[in-house]
Amino acid sequence: MTMLDQASPSAELPLLDVKDLAQRYTLPRESVFKPAGQVHALNGVTAQVMAGCSLGVVGESGSGKSTFARLVMALERPSSGSVSLMGRDLNRMPADELRRARRDFQMVFQDPYGSLDPRQSIARIVAEPVTALGRMDRTTLRQRVATVLRQVGLRDADMDKFPHEFSGGQRQRIAIARALITQPKLIVADEPVSALDVSVQAQVLNLLQDLQDQFGLSYILISHDLAVVDYLCDEIAVMYLGRIVEQGSPEDLFAHCAHPYTRALLEAVPRARAGGVRRRRGAQAIASQSVGATGCPYASRCALADQHCREIAPALRKVGPAQLAACHRAEAVMALPPISSEES
Amino acid sequence: MGGSANTPLIEVRDLGVRLNTSRGPAQAVRGVSFALKRGETLGLVGESGCGKSVTALALMGLLPESAVISGSIRLDGSELVGLSDANYCKLRGNRISMIFQEPMTALNPMHTIGRQVAEPLRRHTNCSAAQARKEAIALLDRVGLPDAAKRVDAYPHQFSGGQRQRATIAMALACQPDVLIADEPTTALDVTIQGQILDLMADLVAERGMSMLLISHDLGVIAENVQRMAVMYGGTVVENGATDAVFTRMGHPYTQGLFRARPRLGVRKGTRLKTIAGTVPELADLPSGCTFADRCAIVEDRCRVVLPAAVDVGAGHGVRCLRTDISMAEAAGVLGA
Repeated sequence: MTMLDQASPSAELPLLDVKDLAQRYTLPRESVFKPAGQVHALNGVTAQVMAGCSLGVVGESGSGKSTFARLVMALERPSSGSVSLMGRDLNRMPADELRRARRDFQMVFQDPYGSLDPRQSIARIVAEPVTALGRMDRTTLRQRVATVLRQVGLRDADMDKFPHEFSGGQRQRIAIARALITQPKLIVADEPVSALDVSVQAQVLNLLQDLQDQFGLSYILISHDLAVVDYLCDEIAVMYLGRIVEQGSPEDLFAHCAHPYTRALLEAVPRARAGGVRRRRGAQAIASQSVGATGCPYASRCALADQHCREIAPALRKVGPAQLAACHRAEAVMALPPISSEES
Repeated sequence: MGGSANTPLIEVRDLGVRLNTSRGPAQAVRGVSFALKRGETLGLVGESGCGKSVTALALMGLLPESAVISGSIRLDGSELVGLSDANYCKLRGNRISMIFQEPMTALNPMHTIGRQVAEPLRRHTNCSAAQARKEAIALLDRVGLPDAAKRVDAYPHQFSGGQRQRATIAMALACQPDVLIADEPTTALDVTIQGQILDLMADLVAERGMSMLLISHDLGVIAENVQRMAVMYGGTVVENGATDAVFTRMGHPYTQGLFRARPRLGVRKGTRLKTIAGTVPELADLPSGCTFADRCAIVEDRCRVVLPAAVDVGAGHGVRCLRTDISMAEAAGVLGA
């Protein structure tokens, strides 16, 4: 993981190395005479994932977490910065080589109803990443499909069925099987359980953890649900308006978070317990990403912000042995009393 | 209006809904009963296909024509089941309003926000267009939309998800309804926005003395926002009672399973989530006995014979389970885990 690496530069090469990644999208022109506006979807994100470890990315909609996933999957070219998988920069590879490299990183999407082609059999859907890489004879292919289906808890006989014959949780298992068939080292999962019911969500989360234990996979798990990320990840990055504002282990983040935004997210999670009196959150203005604004992007929503925060944007800095935060007043946030957990 | 403070504003008794699906008739709801007094809040929890949304649609009179409704739904003493569509139209948006899960699909992309918020006023009251517009601005302002006067002429796509949900709430509140039904109002929203919307709804319920039926799959949302709750599974209410009582002493194995299955903040990595074995039953082929029997860890033969009746396990706390003696003894373990 990131911080461990910084402590010992001789540590092994990270599986995924994202450096200063930025992505800008051009807005539709509002006037013929004005230059088109731009949205900074991603503003210099740096992260590393070691083999067998998982990085969770949390944030509200518009924080850039899905853009981050698409860039890591090399589905788009970044405006600047680099994404390297096992030391190779994905955006400098020839197209043909990138296609072959894709066997090492696969993606699981949010909506198991939209991500499986309703006209294709499960065998064909699951085999597609392999067939896209080259020809393979039918028997071997079917054997490999059967193997991955068994790994995700489905039966061989399910191979010749079609997506409509499965429930949401089973479909998500099929999507995971499709990601597993190339024996990837990294799986990027964008909200993999948010479309599922609570009881099914638990089954899929357990499965993801089993597969990690079994194959030493790494995950990048994108979610708006802090509890899901907490359950599965070794490290969490909290994103706000295209930047990582806090990064660290789940234990550190939940025991003493250093960024007021992380705290706001944690406090907003409703607690399922008796006597859960509503905690008033107070109105929070919803900030937008104006280009060229100075100061901390979170300042307008922050209760602790002072003049200094509004003038100078804080850089991501070390606030604990393995914890980074982009806040001038991180120490003050960390000194706040811990957030009540559900159990207490 | 009228009615004394003690008579329920809305009373649902033994509600049953049979839907015609591609797989034949399905009993989507059976034997659901509850009552809400003015100013009371009730939460419905359950997974997809448990019948919670069908119950809400039955209250709103929005079920397809082929649906067969049995039992009774009374609003201020007058029967709603079998009411003609024309008469239902006079109630909908006027005395009973609903907030839907997905604010983007609940709003018409071709009309301005202001026009949509004003629509119930134009339909149900004698407001002029100008008055309705003025009222729409006031409503949008009340639900916390910044710059309401300027944004009243904006279209839904120009609003963020939270703002759209505020607009649908303004729409639902336009005619000061007696009953507000909120079907997963915050599921499509971020946690921080969810907090704001739930705060707003709590304020409005207190301010206007409405009764609210809040439907959610999120136990946390239910725990913090309603006085009483009902857990639905397979078309029936399997557990109901005061929210605090249910969270303190969960009686039904399904409620307990649902509670245990959630990933929780601060639970150490490496602990496995306790899943509920099996999957939610299809409504078209529900078992004859307890609907949860096939997934229940403490099932017995007698559970499969008939649907168990609700057993009182505390004041106003009912559990539809034959084995509450066992399940309630285990409940202490659930909450401690």
